[in-house]
Amino acid sequence: MAFVNMKSKEVQAKIVYYGPGRGGKTTNLEYIYSKFRERIKSDMVSIKTHGDRTLFFDFLPFDIGKIMGYDVKVQLYTVPGQVKYDATRRLVLKGVDGMVFVADSQVEQRKKNILSLKNLQENLAVYKKSIFKIPLVIQYNKRDLEKEGVPILPVETLDKDLNAQLKVPSIPASAVTGENVVATMKKIISLTMTSLQSALK
Amino acid sequence: MGSYDDNVTFTDYTLGQEELERIEEVLGEDLIKSGVHSVILIDMAGNIIAKNDNGHCEHDLYSLAALASANFAAVDTMAKIVGEDEFSLLFHKGEAENIHFSKVNNEFLLITIFGKEVSLGLLRLKVAEAVDKINSVW
Repeated sequence: MAFVNMKSKEVQAKIVYYGPGRGGKTTNLEYIYSKFRERIKSDMVSIKTHGDRTLFFDFLPFDIGKIMGYDVKVQLYTVPGQVKYDATRRLVLKGVDGMVFVADSQVEQRKKNILSLKNLQENLAVYKKSIFKIPLVIQYNKRDLEKEGVPILPVETLDKDLNAQLKVPSIPASAVTGENVVATMKKIISLTMTSLQSALK
Repeated sequence: MGSYDDNVTFTDYTLGQEELERIEEVLGEDLIKSGVHSVILIDMAGNIIAKNDNGHCEHDLYSLAALASANFAAVDTMAKIVGEDEFSLLFHKGEAENIHFSKVNNEFLLITIFGKEVSLGLLRLKVAEAVDKINSVW
């Protein structure tokens, strides 16, 4: 539900990072925030618990410049990943225009990824949106753990688990080191903007 | 990868330039002139629809809008849990600044930031008037 302001020639679009708890959604946004510090005018907002877990969401507004004469502001959000926060997770999805699903590559998180993706499908359905239609990018996070000797799933397995039916762009990444974090963001912005653009015409 | 359909939808409401100008005029006439520091009309997804202020406010309104819509949604859900349709007064009091939330309709919220100079009673009256006028814009 992107909002177009005809008066100030401004478009606001909402992109939400989704995925299992401790998967690196907040770390993605933190990296973007540190990388583009000069371009982001406001502070990153995080509502978290004392234990540094996301309680409600993180929020980062990002000006990406002009498209067809409109100033485009992308609002990046994360949801809380923990299963128990489903009610708040659903609230954050309201009005979403594009999604990044941040999967945890660790072998022991395999089941949690699948459950979280299913949960996303259900929560999108609440807003009458289909996971097969919304602009979506899947990020296989924590690829750096391989070097630390932590067992991680091969990309092929993750593809089979999560992307066999969706067939959306998938990107291996490491939010901690920043590898492919910006690439993921660029991909979802471009998918979202392409759909926006065809709707603006 | 050619599986994308166009699923970006625009907000159900369309507001043209004239309507937005009319709304900003209402915000200015009814609220800013009554001593309110800053006022924003936002939608439930956290987008800013219209804003107005007294020229001395430097709040981060985009973050405020995101938080306000989320806060409103959370409080609304709490109301449902305890068997209420909604809570009628949503207000946060601070030392120098206060924030008042008002539901305009199913899509919009009016967020008002004001100081000690304005009493809560007067503010609620003015907000109610502004809400009526905004609702009559479309």
